[in-house]
Amino acid sequence: MMMNDMAQEAVAAGGGRKIGEVILDLQNISLRFGGVKALTDISFDVRKHEIRAIIGPNGAGKSSMLNVINGVYHPQEGRIVFHGEERKEMEPYMAASQGIARTFQNIALFKGMSVLDNIMTGRHMKMNAGLLSHMLYFGRAQKEEIEHRKKVEEVIDFLEIQSIRKTPVGRLPYGLQKRVELARALAADPDLLLLDEPMAGMNVEEKQDMCRFILDVNDQFGTTIVLIEHDMGVVMDISDRVVVLDYGKKIGDGTPDEVKSNPEVIAAYLGTSH
Amino acid sequence: MTFFLEVLIGGLLSGVLYALVALGFVLIFKASGVFNFAQGAMVFFAALTFVGFTEVLPGWTGLEPGSGGVFWLAFALALASMIVLGIATEKVVLRPLVNQPPITLFMATIGLTFFVEGLAQAIWGANARGLSLGISDEPVMWILDDFDIIISKFDLIAAGIALVLFVVLALLFQYTRVGRALRAVADDHQAALSVGIPLKHIWAIVWGVAGFVALIAGLIWGSRNGVQFALTFTALKALPVLILGGFTSVPGAIIGGLIIGASEKLAEIYIGPFVGGGIESWFPYVLAMFFLLVRPEGLFGEKHIDRV
Repeated sequence: MMMNDMAQEAVAAGGGRKIGEVILDLQNISLRFGGVKALTDISFDVRKHEIRAIIGPNGAGKSSMLNVINGVYHPQEGRIVFHGEERKEMEPYMAASQGIARTFQNIALFKGMSVLDNIMTGRHMKMNAGLLSHMLYFGRAQKEEIEHRKKVEEVIDFLEIQSIRKTPVGRLPYGLQKRVELARALAADPDLLLLDEPMAGMNVEEKQDMCRFILDVNDQFGTTIVLIEHDMGVVMDISDRVVVLDYGKKIGDGTPDEVKSNPEVIAAYLGTSH
Repeated sequence: MTFFLEVLIGGLLSGVLYALVALGFVLIFKASGVFNFAQGAMVFFAALTFVGFTEVLPGWTGLEPGSGGVFWLAFALALASMIVLGIATEKVVLRPLVNQPPITLFMATIGLTFFVEGLAQAIWGANARGLSLGISDEPVMWILDDFDIIISKFDLIAAGIALVLFVVLALLFQYTRVGRALRAVADDHQAALSVGIPLKHIWAIVWGVAGFVALIAGLIWGSRNGVQFALTFTALKALPVLILGGFTSVPGAIIGGLIIGASEKLAEIYIGPFVGGGIESWFPYVLAMFFLLVRPEGLFGEKHIDRV
């Protein structure tokens, strides 16, 4: 299988990539919406530079988990330790300033804006010039803009989307939109990149591209990645470790091989005889 | 031909002012998805607050009534009041209603209309006032001499002010970090949060800017028609403008304003006599109605494709 080979090749090529200390530690997380238990007592950690997958059947709580990490949902119980610090109350927009970037299951791009502008918004947190300085002293604001453009152009080159940089995002095909969304997340120089089904709805070719980009990002920038994905082949190929959720509970955690042979996972997720 | 041009230009100039009011609606609708029915009341509030300050300031500060100092001080104070009003509205009325259906938000802004009208009159009194910007409403002589067309100096200057405002806002929106954040929020809330744009600050800025636009509109309309209760309803002329231009488009608001302004004047002159005249007041609404049948999203509005 082509994808298999390619993924392994990339992993082999990134031999210098060292998985480091724990960067994100989730301890006994429980999340309820009224009476509905979305997550029950879930603990797992994410190490620096690794690709960590969260898998599970529909409604298992994968996206909720991502939203907890991102600070959109506040779990009723449990501790979240990020960069060695326990997380206190936070607003959803603060995740970006803490170094967490994400993409969405149903692409959330600014459809009316150009590819370049979309990716520039990813630099929002890194820019300091306020409205007033823009009005009073255009020079400094402009200089800052140019600096950030440089970084954005790097990301554009990296993801091979040079030719569409001025195109309004709404006009692009689905696969490219997904790539632009990844570019916007990367532009923020994140420590932790959350990908919610980066390959959903893609054809084989687009999936291969996306796989390559995820591995390259991880390899070249050393970005830690947490991803949700339904395509089991992809997950098993590119992840270092996998968490399996079912009905909001953790039923498996380990390397792809360990997870694949875990009887509980096979029963709940892969099914007994498909 | 000169007469036609005269009517057309007069119509376009008043159209710019419709566009100015429509702009206030578009800004808030884009950024927060709220159709702010109270925009008209805000225009009234702004104009009345300005006039109120020009009345009381000479007594407080000893400045000469009608002097430049009074004008700019009153302008600054009225602007501050509008920004406070805008931000307070966002905080007290709309934020608790986040995620409610649009009709709920719309009803809230209707309630707000009456509150703001009442508040303005409670503070400054209910009698109609005049407002003078010191610009006379007379024909521009050189245009009259050279082209034989009568164009009001007041209309020309007012349209000029509005155009400057449009250009400044467009530049800020297009080329600054805050502008990009505003556009981002207008496009997708969730995505905006994920890249670290705080929605609440952006909403506060938008309401502040809408307050500023309301003040400019209030000053111009107020000095034309007097500052009175009916100013609120002048703002309703923005509705057909929005239907034509689209609720989410700033250029749409401008083009829509121009079309409404020009067509209502031309209709009054050329169609009016056949139906007994006085059609200027309702013609824009009829035009908007036909437009709704053909292009419900407006000239520049976003097309909605609902997938089944």
